[in-house]
Amino acid sequence: MRRREGEETVASRTITLNINGEERNVMVRNADTLLYTLRGKLGLSGSKPGCLNGDCGACTVNVDGWPMKSCLMLAVEAEGKKVMTIEGLRNAPIQQAFVKEFAFQCGYCTPGFIMNCHALLEQHPNADDKTIKEWLESNICRCTSYIEIEKAVKSVLRGHSGGS
Amino acid sequence: MLPFDFEYYRPETLKEAVERYQFLEHQGKQPTYFSGGTELITLGRINLAYADAVIDMKEIAECNMKEFNGDHLVLGSALSLTQIEEANPFPLLTSVASEVADHTARGKITLGGNICAQIFYREAVLPFLLADSQVIIVGPEGIRNVQINEIFQEHLRLKKGELLVQTVTDRRFIGAPFFAKKRRQQWDTGYPLITVAALKIGQEIRLAISGLCPFPFRSEEMEVYINRWGQSLEARIDGALSVLPKSILDDVEGSADYRIFVLRNLLMDALQALG
Repeated sequence: MRRREGEETVASRTITLNINGEERNVMVRNADTLLYTLRGKLGLSGSKPGCLNGDCGACTVNVDGWPMKSCLMLAVEAEGKKVMTIEGLRNAPIQQAFVKEFAFQCGYCTPGFIMNCHALLEQHPNADDKTIKEWLESNICRCTSYIEIEKAVKSVLRGHSGGS
Repeated sequence: MLPFDFEYYRPETLKEAVERYQFLEHQGKQPTYFSGGTELITLGRINLAYADAVIDMKEIAECNMKEFNGDHLVLGSALSLTQIEEANPFPLLTSVASEVADHTARGKITLGGNICAQIFYREAVLPFLLADSQVIIVGPEGIRNVQINEIFQEHLRLKKGELLVQTVTDRRFIGAPFFAKKRRQQWDTGYPLITVAALKIGQEIRLAISGLCPFPFRSEEMEVYINRWGQSLEARIDGALSVLPKSILDDVEGSADYRIFVLRNLLMDALQALG
């Protein structure tokens, strides 16, 4: 018998995800990554597919306040957790700082960097240089805007961004 | 995206997990325990790993334990390496674990997942090999408590349906002087080459290595030479290098000769640091 589209099976189900403060119901394969679900099923295309192997960080989102490479997480694992994507940040201090410091060139890696930096600032508001470096090593920028990105993070840490 | 489908279960007890595994296996399926799941997700994407049912261990309380029980540190296998780093209950483990992959990835990679992985490196096992830790394993035959050096022979030799629940480490090893250094092919974030971890217990230096062979190991044969205190550092290291395992990695990340060259220098650093 042919399976109807959207029908639950042992390999797929409807799950409820808390994304950017909203409850979203979505039918997923158990094998779908969070990245694929965000982009392909929920229309949240801010998280970028890069290596799809957990190396580049372009797909970074925040899960319960911590950075997460959404290509390394199944959507079904995110049930019961609070997921924040770049679409959920509204003029956050780190976004203002990226603009002020011109911390991007082509911009493809920027959402992932911003989500990682946002989590860093939330988890370690007094982060030292070693901690900043350790966290930022998780993301790759092929335009090499690293100095500007570091400046942006430090400007927020020092309260220079003027953000709310 | 993974090119195959699988069933997904998230049990809340060890009993439920083990029974689910047995049930699925009796149905002719290929189940796997899943903790961080990074290996299944990344290797599965390129058809190098497969499962048709995964049993996610992250909701099982015992697998999330992180506490001292008397004089023993108990660490659950589902703890992420980031959770361990942030809590820092075992400084040598923190030092070694903080060099695995990158910070964000370590938020997904778990202790048990790293120890039981297929990849060569599996650095998180090194501190436990040095500290004669116990591992708590559960399976169809019940719970067993085994010394890690007995059961980790190139890989953790679990029986069908068994899963790693916890590591248990005596407090006297936790505060001992240690050395841990990872050398990469390039920069601070390149692919791993060699990791050396060493622990000094009294006047005895213990040594464990990852990235030299296709498996991490502790070598008591090398330790005999390393602990010949009356000899020069060079002689102790030459002796240790004379009893290396035979299967030295020789690949695009580093030739066998280069890996041994790097190891020699790391051993010198370790001996100078630990006396």
